[in-house]
Amino acid sequence: MTLLAVEQLDARHGLLQAVRGVTFKVAAGETLALVGANGAGKTTLLRTIAGAHRPVAGRILFAGTDVTAVPAYARLRTGIALVPEGRRLFAGMTVKENLLVAGAYGRAGPWNLDTVIDAFPLLRPRINSRASNLSGGEQQATAIGRALMTNPKLLLLDEVSLGLAPIAVEALYRSLEALIAGGATIVLVEQDIARALGVATRVACMLEGRIILEGNAREMTREQVTQAYFGLQRPRRTS
Amino acid sequence: MIWVTQLLNGVLLGGYYALLACGLSFMFGVMRIINLAHGDFAILSACLVFLIANTTDISPFIALVVVLPLMALIGWGLQRWMLERSLRAGMLVPLLTTFGLAIVIENGLFEYFGADTRSLAPYIGDFAYDSWAITGNVYIGYLAALIFALAVVLLGGLKLFLTYTSLGRAIRATAEDSDTAALVGINARAVYGIAAAIAVATAGLAGVFLAMRAVFTPYSGPEQLIFAFEAVVIGGIGSLSGTLVGGIVLGVAQTFGAQINPQGFLITGHVVFLVVLAGRLALTGLRGRGGIQGLLARQP
Amino acid sequence: MSTNRGFVVERWTRLSIASSIAAVALLVVLALAPLLFAANIVDSLTTLFIYLILSVMWNALAGYAGLVSVGQQAFFGLGAYFAIQFSYYGISVYPALLLGAVAAGLLSLPISMLMLRLRSGEFAIGMWVVAELAHLLVALDPLINGETGVSMIALNAISPDDRRAYNYWMALVAMVGLLAVVFALLRGRLGAAVQAIRDDEDAAQSVGVRVLAGKRTIFLLAAFGCALAGSLWLGTSITFQPRTYFGIQWTAYMIFMVLVGGLGTFEGPILGGVIFFLIEYLFGETGVWYLVGLGAAAIVFALFLPRGLWGTIEERFGIRILPVGYSLRMFRSDFPPGGGAAAPDPQPSIKPGVAANESKAPPPVELG
Repeated sequence: MTLLAVEQLDARHGLLQAVRGVTFKVAAGETLALVGANGAGKTTLLRTIAGAHRPVAGRILFAGTDVTAVPAYARLRTGIALVPEGRRLFAGMTVKENLLVAGAYGRAGPWNLDTVIDAFPLLRPRINSRASNLSGGEQQATAIGRALMTNPKLLLLDEVSLGLAPIAVEALYRSLEALIAGGATIVLVEQDIARALGVATRVACMLEGRIILEGNAREMTREQVTQAYFGLQRPRRTS
Repeated sequence: MIWVTQLLNGVLLGGYYALLACGLSFMFGVMRIINLAHGDFAILSACLVFLIANTTDISPFIALVVVLPLMALIGWGLQRWMLERSLRAGMLVPLLTTFGLAIVIENGLFEYFGADTRSLAPYIGDFAYDSWAITGNVYIGYLAALIFALAVVLLGGLKLFLTYTSLGRAIRATAEDSDTAALVGINARAVYGIAAAIAVATAGLAGVFLAMRAVFTPYSGPEQLIFAFEAVVIGGIGSLSGTLVGGIVLGVAQTFGAQINPQGFLITGHVVFLVVLAGRLALTGLRGRGGIQGLLARQP
Repeated sequence: MSTNRGFVVERWTRLSIASSIAAVALLVVLALAPLLFAANIVDSLTTLFIYLILSVMWNALAGYAGLVSVGQQAFFGLGAYFAIQFSYYGISVYPALLLGAVAAGLLSLPISMLMLRLRSGEFAIGMWVVAELAHLLVALDPLINGETGVSMIALNAISPDDRRAYNYWMALVAMVGLLAVVFALLRGRLGAAVQAIRDDEDAAQSVGVRVLAGKRTIFLLAAFGCALAGSLWLGTSITFQPRTYFGIQWTAYMIFMVLVGGLGTFEGPILGGVIFFLIEYLFGETGVWYLVGLGAAAIVFALFLPRGLWGTIEERFGIRILPVGYSLRMFRSDFPPGGGAAAPDPQPSIKPGVAANESKAPPPVELG
């Protein structure tokens, strides 16, 4: 079943056209890894799907409904949650408050303060710390937990491992794998291609605002993705 | 002994300033807007209550029940129809539009109510001047004490509301980062509307108490705005508990100044404000928490 | 870079050359006005020039340096007050008026040290407090007689006709001089610097624009200009009452003139000043409603026509009367613009997702 369908999406970032005619689908339960160089348009694409960015043209269908014109705060209630680049925690609020503030406006579901803490045990001792006093890994766990608190159907993750120590990245991906095993639908922007291929079911590679390579993660080699990443390969689509 | 009395009066006056400054501080904290019509909203509210008390037999305290929701509604409309558009146009535009609004309110009130100096004191009976005798010649007025208590309750209540309620957390989240707040499901537009409603309603509350403890004219608004702003800056911008401290510092400075020279009331207040501002800039750098609160606080 | 793509940068358009010549001709006529026109016209023009000074000065502050001041009446009043002081100590009238403005301008230097470190809204009300304090302190001076005020008696020694002409010429010279200074500043390095500050202060700072120095220059100029307007006002009205000179209505007038004419344009405040002068002439008698109208117009213009009348005209018709800005004109060339390899390719070199306006946002304020 298709959960998210993006059709011919164009989005601008200032004067730049950051996303050009992007079309793809994400089925329920799937994990799509979006890879590409800096400036390829991945972040703008995720923000546009989440409603934080207004597209110039194209449609976004979510669970069969056109949500293109729905503002970000209301789109969240339909089940789309974004973990933004740079985490963007509410720095003056505690971990608990960061989680609760999101929980108050999301959908009903299995995720609540307790289940999020269970999923990210490293947050348990820090629950009453201000977000600004957390380590990078703790901040990222809080950011993902904050998105989960809204009980999303689709989780958009933007560069979640950026700036984290290797050990924190490891812990983070273990948590993500558990989420995926639990049936979550995820679109993941990731710089580390090997990591992306490790967790994803499908991979899409962006170059200059377009998706130039898309395919099953298991069928694609790292070389193929790397070549597309640097724009060495002509646009092509598999599957 | 006169100084003890003046100190006490100054502290109680500070309670009024804190009440007045509460909304200004709150709106700045949430929306980063300094509402230059803040004082005029206080006077508008006082005029409305005066109108009710003067034309009917209704007590000003009961008239508040009608006027405060109306002021909240005005605040909500202000946000929806003016500030929202102003904010989109840049940092400076809210200053220009609220200044224009101040001119409109002042002169509109003048047109309707005339230049007469008015007071609500005659409408609240003995309460306006009754007091407790602390010692032989030190008194605390009922009204002044009530205003002070109200300021403490309002500022404390607002702080509790922001810390412990879901809406309060949403307001804080929006204040910190409205883009990200939208990503966790918060409707920033609604939050701003509520914040403006709270700010204007508290300004209205303060205006009515100004009218009970003193006199006012349609042109009293700008002076009240300046006092509120001084209290906010002295106490540290964005800090609600600092606003109480700032109000008290301003009130004490003014009453002591008045003791020295009849003109000293205003001058001392302004000078203390400028000195605190200079001190804060010298000590704590350019921005962030400042004022006396900033110096006392343990936080970095 | 733009020349590679087939554009030349122009300052002097044909219209701006023609209008500059017209401006010179107008100046010659204006200079002779006291000899040509009736007394009430000369008086009216003097008033108009003072309004224009205020309008242009406030626009320099808000439109170029991004400083919204609601306390410029501080300098308006101080200019007049110091002129009275100088006159009292025996300096003859017109030098005293000029020296009064200079003194107030000098006083603005220490004031700027504190005020310029405040951000937008804080600066706005901070200046208002300065104006209130100046008002209160001036009223304490025994020379002024409190709110009753005082007359600049020495002015009465000059015959009314001479006084009218002197006032007129001084106002004309002051207005033209200040306009020329603003014009020169905007065309120079400072012009680019202050506009960068207005557009994005933090970004300007980060690329090495000396933000504080640029703001200070404009602040001092505006203080001197408003003070000169104040002393000129004293020259025409003779009496000095603190409440009138330090009144907030001056700021209301300035905001109205600049917003209606066009914030941040060179010609706009001049147009706004003329409009304000006409409106005051036509509706000033209606008193309070006139003020309500000014406030309402300021709101409407700020919200719906943020570039004012002049900015809107400029935008719609692409005309520019004075060569202050720049315009890009395509030039003819035998080569295709840019050439093949240099075809504009918006390959993003900055990371999307960092919204351009983020850097404008003030530092977060914590509540509680």
